Amino acid sequence: MNILSIKDLHATVDGKEILKGINLEMGAGEVHAIMGPNGSGKSTLSYVLSGRDGYEVSKGEVLYKGENLMEMLPEERAQAGVFLAFQYPVEIPGVPTVTFLKQAMNSVRKARGEKELDAFEFKKIMDARLKELSIVNDMVRRALNTGFSGGEKKRMEVLQMAMLEPSLAILDETDSGLDIDALKTVADGVNALRAEDRSMLVITHYQRLLDYIVPDHVHVLSAGRIILSGDKSLALELEEKGYADIVAAAA
Amino acid sequence: MAAVLETIETVGEATDKYKHGFVTEIEMDRAPKGLSEDTVRFISAKKNEPEWLLEWRLEAYRHWLTMTEPMWARVGYPPIDYQDSYYYAAPKSDADRPKSLDEVDPALLDTYAKLGIPLKEQEVLAGVRNVAIDAVFDSVSVATTFKDRLEKDGIIFCAISEAIQDHPELVRKYMGSVVPTSDNFYAALNSAVFTDGSFCYIPKGVRCPMELSTYFRINAAETGQFERTLIVADEGSYVSYLEGCTAPQRDENQLHAAVVELIAMDDAEIKYSTVQNWYPGDEDGKGGIYNFVTKRGLCEKRAKISWTQVETGSAITWKYPSCILKGDDSVGEFYSVAITNNRQQADTGTKMLHIGKNTRSRIIAKGISAGKSQSTYRGQVRMNAMAHGAKNYTQCDSLLIGDECGAHTVPYIESKNRSARVEHEATTSKVSDDQLFYCRQRGIPEEEALTLIVNGFCREVLQELPMEFAVEAQKLVGISLEGSVG
Ligand SMILES: Nc1ncnc2c1ncn2[C@@H]1O[C@H](COP(=O)(O)OP(=O)(O)OP(=O)(O)O)[C@@H](O)[C@H]1O
Ligand SMILES: [Mg+2]
Repeated sequence: MNILSIKDLHATVDGKEILKGINLEMGAGEVHAIMGPNGSGKSTLSYVLSGRDGYEVSKGEVLYKGENLMEMLPEERAQAGVFLAFQYPVEIPGVPTVTFLKQAMNSVRKARGEKELDAFEFKKIMDARLKELSIVNDMVRRALNTGFSGGEKKRMEVLQMAMLEPSLAILDETDSGLDIDALKTVADGVNALRAEDRSMLVITHYQRLLDYIVPDHVHVLSAGRIILSGDKSLALELEEKGYADIVAAAA
Repeated sequence: MAAVLETIETVGEATDKYKHGFVTEIEMDRAPKGLSEDTVRFISAKKNEPEWLLEWRLEAYRHWLTMTEPMWARVGYPPIDYQDSYYYAAPKSDADRPKSLDEVDPALLDTYAKLGIPLKEQEVLAGVRNVAIDAVFDSVSVATTFKDRLEKDGIIFCAISEAIQDHPELVRKYMGSVVPTSDNFYAALNSAVFTDGSFCYIPKGVRCPMELSTYFRINAAETGQFERTLIVADEGSYVSYLEGCTAPQRDENQLHAAVVELIAMDDAEIKYSTVQNWYPGDEDGKGGIYNFVTKRGLCEKRAKISWTQVETGSAITWKYPSCILKGDDSVGEFYSVAITNNRQQADTGTKMLHIGKNTRSRIIAKGISAGKSQSTYRGQVRMNAMAHGAKNYTQCDSLLIGDECGAHTVPYIESKNRSARVEHEATTSKVSDDQLFYCRQRGIPEEEALTLIVNGFCREVLQELPMEFAVEAQKLVGISLEGSVG
């Protein structure tokens, strides 16, 4: 059974149809990249999958591990293992990152009927992940994303993913705003999380990321539809020719 | 006791209800309904008070008669009929108390459970009969050890009615010195009819070794609706005092008017923390407590008074803990979180009165409004002519949840000294859908997400609370906001 199965998905925002019939099948352990021009609906797809208010599904279905994902609340989806690394992570003033992380982890564990972590157990896990991702300890004591630089915010998203160990991770332009070293660290972090029971949907504008995180499949999203799919060589081709030709050819 | 009998008799004759067989009813546990000089005499007699205090009360009462209820606050409620309440009721007898938790309102128990209050403690809070306060603590000795320790340092900490008997010179000297009987309508009323409260005296140079809490004397009679607290910190001493508790408190009396007076002598410091969680009424605001409080502290030279409050309860809150910065180089602080939900109304803030040179004050006020509630910050900063080099910093932040509530900021700034500096910042924000969604995407359920965000908003204030209190207060924030999302 596939981790994610999207069939003829149509979705509207404020009455405007943005997704116009998406089909996508993702097997366990697969990494799929989604590329496409600005405004083509990539983030919209990530929000529809994670259940954000205001994103109405007008047609089609989405199955996650065989279950109807659209019937679940956002937190239920997260608890079931759907993770979204936001294109624009949100600042939450006054809430220390570590407090937030612990509450998130324990909410997920509680929902799964697992024992909640105490402060000590939690810290052990967090410290290990911080080290792997070369994030300094000071960061997590600061208020969540508040005043973080663009790159720091993206790293924090990857840290959260590493701690929550999702089955389906959607990374929305996690590479944007990262310097070259950070890109490498983040990619290493993501690669370390690649596993047979974990699938990833990587949204990016740059082939460069895909040098590090090598995808099994690459899709081109344009005007709310996947117009082309291929293997990693498609990303190279896109980089060379740009979207215009490909969009024209597919139309 | 003869005087007592006589007074009670007079009161009794004044009303039909108690006309017959009254004289023998020395144990009568209620003053007749209504407020008159006789009621005041009755209370004073019941408490076996010295003559000077009775006179003091009567003077307050006579003054009260000439005053009118203040109407300037942004709160609305039906007129209060002061003749239609009781002003003295003895602590509940065993017969009126629940026999066990089974007889207590399940909604209340539910909240206790959410706050993580242990069973024994729940019993005490709910007034279950025959539960000694000692049961709350691990061993019987804790409360006693506590008393011994304080006595060793010469600290007096007792009910104010006890202090009136045992330390009349201290009470007489300081009571009414910061909040005069004629100060305002509710303070005058309190002065006339107060029933009990706390008294605390810290001798010169003594640093009180523990947080003093009303909690340690909750078994010392129910303080009732007109509570009176007096704290005197002598030169160079320090005390941290906690009032209230996070557990919801109910009272059959709707009207509450407390007075708190603090005196910090040269180089002394008083930290006064409050968590107020009186019953706010049902969703429509029915049955909630009206809380009209006068709190004021006096700072002598280099003294410091710090008020920290978390206000979540009451249908109406009218409360402005203030500092009179009389001594040069003295410091006043006010940290406040006021949460209103459903139909609650809060008009709260502070007054910082700068009299001495180089006096400093700092105000951090956080107002959170949800449901159909209204919250107002009302603050006054006054720099007197002699307050050279005085400084104030004020920050008021309001957070709105939903779009049926309101938040208002009313600062009054008055400066008569050119070298004084006053800084005021105010913000209003909403809990954003983005923030809520972000938390939910990480698996945190919506109500918990809201609690987390609101606690973040209040952090600067909550971290001023003593540690254990802060943890409880955080949970309380969540409970107060229940039902405000989704
Ligand atoms: N509330 C809204 N009302 C109307 N249109 C909207 C709304 N929200 C998003 N859109 C539109 O939906 C389209 C898709 O937006 P989306 O953010 O999914 O694009 P994207 O592919 O992620 O772009 P980028 O590469 O720039 O991140 C855009 O044209 C955007 O303007
Ligand atoms: Mg996008």
